[in-house]
Amino acid sequence: MSWFGNYIKSSIGAKHLMAITGLMLLGFVLAHMLGNLQIFMGQAAINAYAVKLQSLGVLLWIMRGGLVLAVLVHIYSAMRLVSMNSAARPVKYKMAFKDKSSFASRTMKWGGIILILFLIFHLVQLTLGGGPLKANFNLLDEYGRHDVYNMTVLGFQNVAVAASYLVAMLVLCFHLSHGVTSLFQSLGINHPKYNGMIKMAGPSIATLVLIGNCSMPIAVLAGWVKATV
Amino acid sequence: MSRTMNLTLNVWRQKDSKDSGEFEKYTEECKDISEHMSFLEMLDVVNERLIEKGKLPIAFDSDCREGICGTCSMVINGRPHGPWKKTTACQLHMREYKDGDVLYIEPWRAKSFPVLQDLMVDREALDSIVQAGGYISTNCGSAPDANSIQIGKEISDAAMDAAACIGCGACVAACPNSSAMLFTAAKLSHMNTLPQGKPEVAKRTIAMVEAMDKAGFGNCSNHLECEAACPKDIKATVIAEMNRGYAKASLLKR
Repeated sequence: MSWFGNYIKSSIGAKHLMAITGLMLLGFVLAHMLGNLQIFMGQAAINAYAVKLQSLGVLLWIMRGGLVLAVLVHIYSAMRLVSMNSAARPVKYKMAFKDKSSFASRTMKWGGIILILFLIFHLVQLTLGGGPLKANFNLLDEYGRHDVYNMTVLGFQNVAVAASYLVAMLVLCFHLSHGVTSLFQSLGINHPKYNGMIKMAGPSIATLVLIGNCSMPIAVLAGWVKATV
Repeated sequence: MSRTMNLTLNVWRQKDSKDSGEFEKYTEECKDISEHMSFLEMLDVVNERLIEKGKLPIAFDSDCREGICGTCSMVINGRPHGPWKKTTACQLHMREYKDGDVLYIEPWRAKSFPVLQDLMVDREALDSIVQAGGYISTNCGSAPDANSIQIGKEISDAAMDAAACIGCGACVAACPNSSAMLFTAAKLSHMNTLPQGKPEVAKRTIAMVEAMDKAGFGNCSNHLECEAACPKDIKATVIAEMNRGYAKASLLKR
C-alpha cells in the first residue's frame, strides 16, 4: 500500500483530499439548505421532516460519521497545505501585485477558520441544545414532536443570532465560490467545452447557498415567518 | 523626439545566499533614461554608472534578450517580468514608464530558488524536475522518416502550447505559495500529449511530481497568478491535466 501512502502524502494527493472532502461537505450544505427551506412550508412540514431525519437511525449516524471525517480530513489537509505553502516562501515580496487571484481565493484560510467556529456554535445551539437559546430547544409541538419550526423562528428573532448566521453565510459564500470551482481543477475535471461552466459553478452555487440560507433569518426578522407559540 | 525620464529604483541587493539582503535606492544613476531602452538596457546603464562611481553593479541574469531563453528573472513592482502580458523582462521597454516613476526590483522569491546575488537566483530546482522525467526514451541512430508518426493538428497544437514554456520560473515567483505546478504541468502536458511520450506517461508523471515535491515548492491553491505572469501564456488547464494524470498514474497503473 506504499503507493497509496505516497499518493496521499504528495502535494496533489493533499489537493485531492481537499477536493473530495470539500465535495462531501458541499453535498451536505445543499441537502441541509433544502431541508431547512421547508420552514417556508410551515410548522407541520418541517417538524415532520425533522422526525423523518431522526428516524433514519443507523443511516443518520453513518452520514454524521462521514461528515465528521470529511471535516477532520478537510481541516488536516488544509493545515498541511498552508504550512507547506508558507514554508515555500520564507522571504515575502515588498510589492506583491494581484493579477488574477480573488478576494475569495486569498481568504480561504480565514474563511475556513470562521466557518469551523460557526459550525461549533451552530451545533451547540441547535443540535445539542446548549448555549443562550436553550429554552427554545426543548419546545414540543402539538403532536409532541421536537418543535424545530419555533426553535428556529424564535432563535432568529434574536437579532444578534440572526446577524451571526448572515455573516457566517457570507463567509461560506466566499469559501464556496473559490472552493467549488477549485475542486474541479484539483481533481482535473477539465475540458475546453465545459471550462466556462466550471468557472461559473463556484460563484453560482455559492450565491444560491447564500440566498437560500439567508432567506430564513431575513424572513423571520422581516416578520414574514412568525412563531406559533 | 525621444522621451527621456528620471527614475527612482529600489533594487534588492544581496551579497550571496547567506546574506539577508536589503533594498538600496538609486536616483542619480537612473537619470535621462531613454524610452527606447529595454528594461535590461536601463539596468545596464545604471550598472555602468555604478561602476564609474566605483560601486558594485547590480547582478541580474540575462542571456538571449529576445524573450525566448527564460534567463531573465526579476519582479518589477510586484510582477514577475513586469507589467506587460506575455512578455519577459528583457522585452519590456522603458516606454511603459514615465518621468518620476518609482520602481521596486526584487528577485524571484521562493525557498527552492536561493538568491545567489542581488536579482540572480538558483533555478536548479526546475532542472531537477526535468531530469526526473522530462524526456522520452527512443532509439538513437538515423532520424525517423518525416511524418511516420501521424499526429492530429489539435494534439500537436496542445503539445506545442505547453512546450512554449521557457522554464523561467515566473510562475513560481508569481504564485503566493511559490508553487511550481504550472512549470511541471507544462512539461508533462508537452510530453504526455504526444505519441512519442505516451509509453512513459505514468512513470514520467509520478517521477516529475515527486521531484517537484522534493524540491520544496508550495502547492496550487488555484489563484491563477502563474497564468497571469507566464510570459509564454501557458494556461492553468495544464495543471488540471497533471492533477488528473497523477491520480490515474498513482492509483490505476501497475
